[in-house]
Amino acid sequence: MAQRGIREFDAKRILAEMLPGYIDDFDYNGEIALVTADTDLEVVAVDNPWVKKKKLVVKPDQLFGKRGAHGLILLDASWDEAKKYIQENMGCEVLVGSVVGTLDTFLIEPFVPHGPEEEHYVAIKSEREKDVIYFSLRGGIDIEANWDSVTEIPVSVLARPEEIDLGSKLPAGLADRLAPTAAFIRGLYRLYRDLGFSYLEINPFVFAEGKIVPLDLVARLDDAEAFWQRKTWQGLEFPEPFGRALTEEEAWIKEIDSRTGASLKLTILNPRGRVWTMVAGGGASVIYADTICDLGFSGELANYGEYSGDPSTQDTYEYTKTILDLMTREKDPGGRNKFLLIGGGIANFTDVAKTFKGVVMGLEDYRDRLRDTGVEIYVRRGGPHYEEGLRIMRQLGERLGVPIHVYGPETHMTRIVSMALGGGE
Amino acid sequence: MTMKDYQLFDRNTRAFVYGFQTNAIQRMLDFDYLCRRSVPSVAAIINPNRAGVHKLFWGTEEILLPMYRTIPEAVAAHPSVDVMVNFASFRSAFETSMEALASPGIKTVAIIAEGVPERMARVMAATAQKMKKTIIGPATVGGLTAGAFRIGNTAGTIENIIESKLHRPGCVGFVSKSGGMLNEAFNIIARNSSGAVEGIAIGGDRYPGSDLLDHILRFETNPDVAIIASLGEVGGTDEYRIVEALKEGKITKPLVIWVTGTCSKVLPGSVQFGHAGAKAQTDLETADAKNRALKEAGAIVPDSFDGYGDEIRRVYESLLAEGKLREVEEPEIPTIPMDYAKAVSEGIVRKSTNLICTISDDRGEEVLYGGKPLSRVLDDGMGIGGVIGLLWFKKEIPPWAAEFIELVLQIVADHGPAVSAAHNAIVASCAGKDLITSLASGLLTIGPRFGGAIDDAAREFKRARDSGLSPEEFVREMKTAGINIPGIGHRIKSVKNPDKRVELLIGYARENFERTDLLDYALAVQEITTAKKGNLILNVDGCIGVLFIDLMSSCEVFDEREIDDVIKYGYLNGLFALGRSIGIIGHILDQKRLDSRLYRHPQDDIAFMLPEFK
Repeated sequence: MAQRGIREFDAKRILAEMLPGYIDDFDYNGEIALVTADTDLEVVAVDNPWVKKKKLVVKPDQLFGKRGAHGLILLDASWDEAKKYIQENMGCEVLVGSVVGTLDTFLIEPFVPHGPEEEHYVAIKSEREKDVIYFSLRGGIDIEANWDSVTEIPVSVLARPEEIDLGSKLPAGLADRLAPTAAFIRGLYRLYRDLGFSYLEINPFVFAEGKIVPLDLVARLDDAEAFWQRKTWQGLEFPEPFGRALTEEEAWIKEIDSRTGASLKLTILNPRGRVWTMVAGGGASVIYADTICDLGFSGELANYGEYSGDPSTQDTYEYTKTILDLMTREKDPGGRNKFLLIGGGIANFTDVAKTFKGVVMGLEDYRDRLRDTGVEIYVRRGGPHYEEGLRIMRQLGERLGVPIHVYGPETHMTRIVSMALGGGE
Repeated sequence: MTMKDYQLFDRNTRAFVYGFQTNAIQRMLDFDYLCRRSVPSVAAIINPNRAGVHKLFWGTEEILLPMYRTIPEAVAAHPSVDVMVNFASFRSAFETSMEALASPGIKTVAIIAEGVPERMARVMAATAQKMKKTIIGPATVGGLTAGAFRIGNTAGTIENIIESKLHRPGCVGFVSKSGGMLNEAFNIIARNSSGAVEGIAIGGDRYPGSDLLDHILRFETNPDVAIIASLGEVGGTDEYRIVEALKEGKITKPLVIWVTGTCSKVLPGSVQFGHAGAKAQTDLETADAKNRALKEAGAIVPDSFDGYGDEIRRVYESLLAEGKLREVEEPEIPTIPMDYAKAVSEGIVRKSTNLICTISDDRGEEVLYGGKPLSRVLDDGMGIGGVIGLLWFKKEIPPWAAEFIELVLQIVADHGPAVSAAHNAIVASCAGKDLITSLASGLLTIGPRFGGAIDDAAREFKRARDSGLSPEEFVREMKTAGINIPGIGHRIKSVKNPDKRVELLIGYARENFERTDLLDYALAVQEITTAKKGNLILNVDGCIGVLFIDLMSSCEVFDEREIDDVIKYGYLNGLFALGRSIGIIGHILDQKRLDSRLYRHPQDDIAFMLPEFK
């Protein structure tokens, strides 16, 4: 549960559908189409007859901005040019900032000719005690350079939307557009509040033939609102962030995670890393990863992950096997040992002995590979039946012939990190 | 004794628990008992589904807690309660918490639910601030004031609470975002100092109702707190409020703090940690930047979490050396009896059972019929006959035997409205009684004279044959004793007008049963009786009775003793009652549909013959 970016396509669709309920004379028609690798472009043309009648804009819709700066926007194009552009770019790898990703989703909408001086900026942002509405007459790609032109209008979280005084705060330079702009922003803000937005930026919007048209838009929703927004969000899906295709193992753990009530997470950072973690609990798992980095081993940290919420023995077994398989695929080229940190804080009510059962099963399966790869295991855990859980682990060490160092709550939670990596106690 | 501003809870704090969280409430009461509180910390439960009372343990004794449906009712009955522990789901956490905040007496609301939308959390936080009240959460386990008050499940098991010395106050005030780390923090604090005074988890969401600084400032003014400890988290800017407070000199006590999430710099930007708020959106929100700023402002920041406990120990020992702190005198700890279920699961106790069941078991994922999972029963197409085999005889009987049972059930299902069972049921239904009562009224007529002939016939024919009586000897014996042979004789049917049902049963048995010995014996008896009178035939009850004995003899799974048990325990009456229930229910429903009025037997159908009054 958190703030999550949505596609520009979905945000504009919501605006076109819902904003007229807030403003009397808002008639942005929401002419927009989304194209993925599986889309038949001829079907798009049938469903959206305007694509053949109007000049078009085509751009990737994958949660990254500054598309113009990256040369990833096609303007003033015919339908044939748009198709050609999509066919050429679909599936291409591009570098955006520091992230390499594959272009797989584009949006098409009508091209709205306008001069740069007509581009306006509006954004709404949430803070703890207030929302802040930002407006500038000088929108467009240089907005950050022109930030002194931005008017900030704070709105207390307890304020009623009808109390907000926009008219007197918007720049007088809007002249005869002041009233429609104020009405638009007021409606937009009410929609923002009602529909679970946590960030909304339209940069720019323009007046085309007297009508307001959003040209470029970035939005985040609070996904905790899903229960209340079933109708208003119209079935939108939250896309994966740009550039992060899951590995086979990550996808497998994600699948197990979605099947059970427990939580299982895995992100592979560096498959050649020598330090692997298997930590219970969201809070503790971050602290283990922190400590590994803080002790100077961030380059060796192989994964981030956590399991919590009382996973079944079968779940922890699968999770263990996935990690062991990854970490024992090859030996360290320098012949050094690898480390598996089976860590965790003091559980509230999770039965430690029970959850360790699945871990033990996994370790037994990989006995030979663990020995061949030179894996050293450190365990630290507390909570219900931890004595029994730790005993099982100690016995396992004798059985496997793999060094397993086992500690309980008397040892500081992350001390096994320095024991393993720092070489001393 | 009234509480000071810096206290949220003391040994007299009483709370409402919203939500029927029986385990959490018991854990709160166990903690109270451990701390030797004089009254339980939970004054009442608010359960929107049910009002009344709920029974809980207070040490070894049991006590009752009142239960109300609504917050206003609870508030009216317990005006001195000032805390609500809100276990409402994310869907109703907002409405119920706002309602609690609007009640003048309630000063503190702890919201446990995860997944409360940010806007709702912000409105709650702003409302609480305006009213000078405190929200802990959402998305938290809560918090605990040592030796005084525990929110819900905070600090886990009783063993852990004792281990972490939370049954009496120490000298550290602790606050973190993470509820999961609260337990670990209590452990670290107990191992490196005299223990915690209080520990609060504000929750991992982006907009918690109270933030780290709110609690740190309470600890600053609380004279029992000598050391303040805190864990921050990557994401958000709340830690900078602590930096400001440090700079402004608002925090004078030693503050040991660490912001977790320093690893985020090596993780791909898109990885979301367990907490909704744990994601840096600007460089300022990174853990490294916050740790640096805190250290510069004068907080005690270790180089990594690994040094966190050591820093607390160092501060504690220096305060001890300076004489600013005294060691805590350890109180005697009362024993909390172990729950029976837990003792059983650990193999510590045993108890002999009062009841035995050998036919079914519903404790697992799926109900077992005679050891066989229901889904297998259905997959194998065992039918009603097969199920009766499992539940009555505890055996998998062959399909032909199961089919025979179903044949019998169909044959005995009904015999018109005039027979005892149907008549009784109809009269009861006409009197306005419900289906089950009317059915019972009909079933109660089944016995020696009605329907019981199946059992009797089976018993008598089997006895006669097994004792070596020839059919002639058997008929003579019964005549001498003056007993009608059960299963022989019909009101209408006769040799010349045979009973179709009997023919059907015999045909089925001849075709499918390995043996029909007792049937043959009964038919030999019929030959003698019908010679005397045409309607003294083997009737349907007798036929079912003898054939059931033949059925069991034909199945290898029954031994002689089991066959005798079937007769002795009235299995066959059961078969009649089961089949006839179908018909009885039909008659009752028939009367209901007809909206029949009360039945009164006509007086002219009764011969009144009373003794003369003298």
